[in-house]
Amino acid sequence: MVNPLRATLALAARDIRAELRSRTALTSALVFAALVLVVFNFARDPTRLGAADLAPSALWITFAFGAMTTLNRGFAIEKEHGALDLLRLAPMPREAIYGGKLLANLAFVFVVEAVALPLFVLFFNRPVWHILAPVLLVTALATIGFVAVGTLLSAMAVRTRFAELMLPLLLLPFMLPPVIGGVQVTARLFADRPLSEVSGWLRLLAVYDVVFVTVSVLIFPAVADE
Amino acid sequence: MRPSDGSLLTATDIERAFGARRALAGVSLVMQPGEAILLAGPNGAGKTTLLRCLAGLARPTRGTVNVNGRALRVGDAASRRHIGMVAHQTWLHDDLTLLENFSFAARLYDLPEPKRVATAALERAGLEARAGDLPPSLSRGMQQRAAIARALLHRPDILLLDEPFSGLDAAACARLRATIADIIAGGGGAIIVSHRPEEVWEVATRVVVLRAGRVALDTPKLGSAATVMGELPELTIG
Repeated sequence: MVNPLRATLALAARDIRAELRSRTALTSALVFAALVLVVFNFARDPTRLGAADLAPSALWITFAFGAMTTLNRGFAIEKEHGALDLLRLAPMPREAIYGGKLLANLAFVFVVEAVALPLFVLFFNRPVWHILAPVLLVTALATIGFVAVGTLLSAMAVRTRFAELMLPLLLLPFMLPPVIGGVQVTARLFADRPLSEVSGWLRLLAVYDVVFVTVSVLIFPAVADE
Repeated sequence: MRPSDGSLLTATDIERAFGARRALAGVSLVMQPGEAILLAGPNGAGKTTLLRCLAGLARPTRGTVNVNGRALRVGDAASRRHIGMVAHQTWLHDDLTLLENFSFAARLYDLPEPKRVATAALERAGLEARAGDLPPSLSRGMQQRAAIARALLHRPDILLLDEPFSGLDAAACARLRATIADIIAGGGGAIIVSHRPEEVWEVATRVVVLRAGRVALDTPKLGSAATVMGELPELTIG
């Protein structure tokens, strides 16, 4: 049997290479993220709602919806030429397919977030350099959680006729806990509250990640099977 | 390790249902080393579904598949290494060059020096000049040649081929027949779905006809393709 880790890395590398060539998911996600930030910035009445009040929600809505745009693509490309069968026929455990897709999706979403964060700083005039490390930590923790679930659900949704509509419907309920956690932590960080005040949320996000990555790995073989 | 009867592939009482409709209704088939089975039958007879069950891509509703004596299960990745498959779709990624597609497939099978293996496979398929091209820029026939070469990359001993001659020119058809002949001469086996028996006849050793999800005929190859096609219109109806 093929080494599962090697197969996982090969699949993730292939997806990243293909996406760098086509730029289909990344371009649409980046444009979408920038658009959301622009809309939030200009739709706000600054005399009634301060940037500081809106900033954490705007940031996480941007992250969440930008991620959803990229997640839709993960298994859709496999469906195009039946390429999922190539993966399923290969002598590797099904879990390696999930692992490869998860790694590639994480890479795409982190790129979207890496571009969206400076745009957010620009539009909302919220410098984050002094709190960059905890912001990156909470972003990573929340992102791993919803991308783990999103990768599993996109494998389910791709079997339906309306995959692009199904994924948001399925994923949004699971996205709420990490997004709420992200908003809570970010709001406190922006208010220069001490790290100890957000440690509970960070632990909760870490537990969410462990639980949902594990559950997704366990469920995926049944999802991938025909 | 081979089972006591020495079979490469054994399907026992395979049933596959899609809702209330049974695509396969108790198909049993044993393939011995050195056999090339022409699998024929009208549209909807269950040929593609049977190939997918034999490859482990579809789980039978009932029945078992054994590869070299080992039950083919979802969790048993090692058994799948023996199988090479060409399906209706090419399984080639549109955004990767042929060389990248082949290198990736080589990595999935943990082959040493994947790029060298991929280059050699492209040369064997006569596609080395197109190694840097994306699949959509290739003709249908070239895509099919690539799909066949990719299926053979890990040197499987069991070939499951669904309409493999589709889109191929005469030279490529001859090359594929020679490849199948080499594999069965080396103790491997092949199941070839085709609506044009004359394409497969030269290498086939046995004919199996499916009708409505059941084996309607299972016989050693006798006579010529033309004679059998006259006697068995199921072979060409499609």
